[in-house]
Amino acid sequence: MTPRHRILSLTSLAVAVLWMAGHGVRAADGVANAPTLKQPTSTECVPSSDGFIRRWLILEPIPAGGLTDGAVQALVKKVHFPDQFTGLPKDGDKASPTGAELVWHAVETTEYNVNLFHFARALGKPTSNVLFWGVTVIHCPEEVKDVRLAIGSNAASVWWVNGSEVIGIYGDRQTIIDDGVSKRLTLKKGANIVRAAVVNGGGATDFCARFLDANDRPLKGFSVRLVGESK
Amino acid sequence: MKAAIALALNAVIAEAEKRPGSIIMKSLGSLGMLFALTTTVVALDGEVRIHDPSTLVQCNGRFYTYGTGGTCLVSEDGWTWSRGVTPPRRGMAPDIIHVNDRYLMYVARNVGAQPRADINLIWTTSLDTQSTEAKWEEAGVVASSDGIEDCNAIDPGLLLDPNDGRLWMVYGSYFGFIRLVELDATTGLRIDAQAQPVNLAVNCEAAILIHEAGWYYLLATHGSCCRGADSGYNIRVGRSRNVTGPYLDHEGVDMIRGGGKLFAGSGGRVIGPGHFGRIPLGAGIEKFSCHYEADLDRGGASVLDIRPLLWKDGWPEAGENLRDGTFQIESVRTGTALELAIEGMPVGGRRERRGGAGAAGIGAGGPGAGRPPGGGGGPFAGIGRPIPNQDVAQVSTNWPAGEVPLRMANYLCQAQQKWSITAVTNAGGYLGSPYFKITVANTDRALAATAEGELAAVPAFTGAPEQLWQIDQLTDGSWRLQPKSTPGGSEPLALSAIGASFATLSKFDAASNKHRWILKAP
Repeated sequence: MTPRHRILSLTSLAVAVLWMAGHGVRAADGVANAPTLKQPTSTECVPSSDGFIRRWLILEPIPAGGLTDGAVQALVKKVHFPDQFTGLPKDGDKASPTGAELVWHAVETTEYNVNLFHFARALGKPTSNVLFWGVTVIHCPEEVKDVRLAIGSNAASVWWVNGSEVIGIYGDRQTIIDDGVSKRLTLKKGANIVRAAVVNGGGATDFCARFLDANDRPLKGFSVRLVGESK
Repeated sequence: MKAAIALALNAVIAEAEKRPGSIIMKSLGSLGMLFALTTTVVALDGEVRIHDPSTLVQCNGRFYTYGTGGTCLVSEDGWTWSRGVTPPRRGMAPDIIHVNDRYLMYVARNVGAQPRADINLIWTTSLDTQSTEAKWEEAGVVASSDGIEDCNAIDPGLLLDPNDGRLWMVYGSYFGFIRLVELDATTGLRIDAQAQPVNLAVNCEAAILIHEAGWYYLLATHGSCCRGADSGYNIRVGRSRNVTGPYLDHEGVDMIRGGGKLFAGSGGRVIGPGHFGRIPLGAGIEKFSCHYEADLDRGGASVLDIRPLLWKDGWPEAGENLRDGTFQIESVRTGTALELAIEGMPVGGRRERRGGAGAAGIGAGGPGAGRPPGGGGGPFAGIGRPIPNQDVAQVSTNWPAGEVPLRMANYLCQAQQKWSITAVTNAGGYLGSPYFKITVANTDRALAATAEGELAAVPAFTGAPEQLWQIDQLTDGSWRLQPKSTPGGSEPLALSAIGASFATLSKFDAASNKHRWILKAP
């Protein structure tokens, strides 16, 4: 490593530490032990080459049961924490949906999917009969019309974009790319909040999500920041 | 023989039309009323009696076909047909092709005892008799047989080669050979009137060439014609890399030695298909026209039909127009099936995954209850008796009363996954078929397009255009489903499996499996 590279590396590290401090990302987190997840070290990222959103805030699992349409809808409509459908937590924020204190974790997957089994196991949390809440923010340079959110999940899941419920898939199921797809929607210029509730029965659990453009091709050209509009 | 009987048939029809009060006309009228009262799905609607129809051509948005004796049939939509204006040259088994803004019609006639015949060209720039351009011009003889040679110069069939724009005509009928000559695509006349025709096949008639993916296909009609329900007419095919042959069938038998792979034979209540004509309709979809020597539902009359043209392993196959029935609608892309977005009930009721306590459905009833004697117990033993299909009236009590969204799921034999597809009378149609309604079986809930270009099930079928479906078989045998129109939309949209669990409407893309569906008996 040349002295110049060393200076650049140190500078990058300092920027990352400052960003993490500013966004509440803790320097060490059990999530780091998850084989397919890492903590974000930059202010933003872009979707993968095939459009998957890799950076999310995930709340530690809430005990839950039932995968039928009715059971899942009743579960996600129940208020688990304040601002459930409007808030934008930060890494390290806490919620107490069942009395026990649960923590939001900023994660970035190295794969197309977010492995919730890895997430929970790395934190020593249960992986079966649980509900995971996830949220991310995508920033669009311009308004984009006629796009669709396209997700897969293990198992049932419900999804919201900017507060509107757009997808619900139910039953004991595995993650399939573009399993649940929303109707056509518009992403506004700036921050758009994507929220997910994934309910697992037993075994593996994960999800993947991307947007499709008007021609059903993966949407790119946006960034993922985990924060809303700059004040 | 064929031509004589066909002319006689046309004479009967023409006579009946001239004498509306005659017994013949009354009989035809009664027959028509019978059709109107009893028809569900038949081969086309309206006036479809014709023998030896030409290839279909379009002019000013209408479809036209011409048959022996000057019969002309016209249709706005390809489903409902009416009689058009007879061209000035009546004859036998014409074929027509649109080349360079001219409609070239080749019409045969006997000029002595068979097989002495010739084929004449007439042409016009418009088939629309309301147009000032609709004027047929005579252009003379393009092929003939002298009554001695091994050929009967009737039954012309045209091919404009898509590779090089060369125009070819095959002709012939049973006496000796089916022959090939090249025509001038500008004049429609022979390139070289002295050139010796090429012999391609024997023992057939009504031949025509088509080209597909580097192959020339010779489709010709074998068997006997003009004997009503006793006609053995059937369409056979051979193929060659060269337009001049040899044309071999799937067993390697040369058509010049009588070979030919069956393309279409008699079936159902129609007998004796013949006189193939190709109808390309853009990427992924083709149809063909033919006549049946006898449609039993139309009193044994010779009638026009239009059917899907499929391709399999490099060979054309005759598809079938959709008939009323109940189906699961499965996506080729995802393998999942269209269903109402409601919480389904397992057939036979719910049960615990491992047969645990509290089972409410087919596994319930205590240890060994209802299980086959000596068959062992456990979660895989079943209940020892057949489980009936779901009664939709019973399982739908919790379904929302109004509009219900659609989605897709693994097919599990549940009521919300079974669709009745039913022809709608008096709603028009498209090439070969009427429009259909698609309803959840044994309910009125009808599949409809929404103004947003999405799907919904409305509580009841009203006949609105967004509830009428055009269902075409694609060349691979799968199906395309398109609403007649989308509220406020201007372009045709097709049912699309955009995700494994979600369907929408989008512009048809022949290169994608998302618009391809399999209709399976549930």
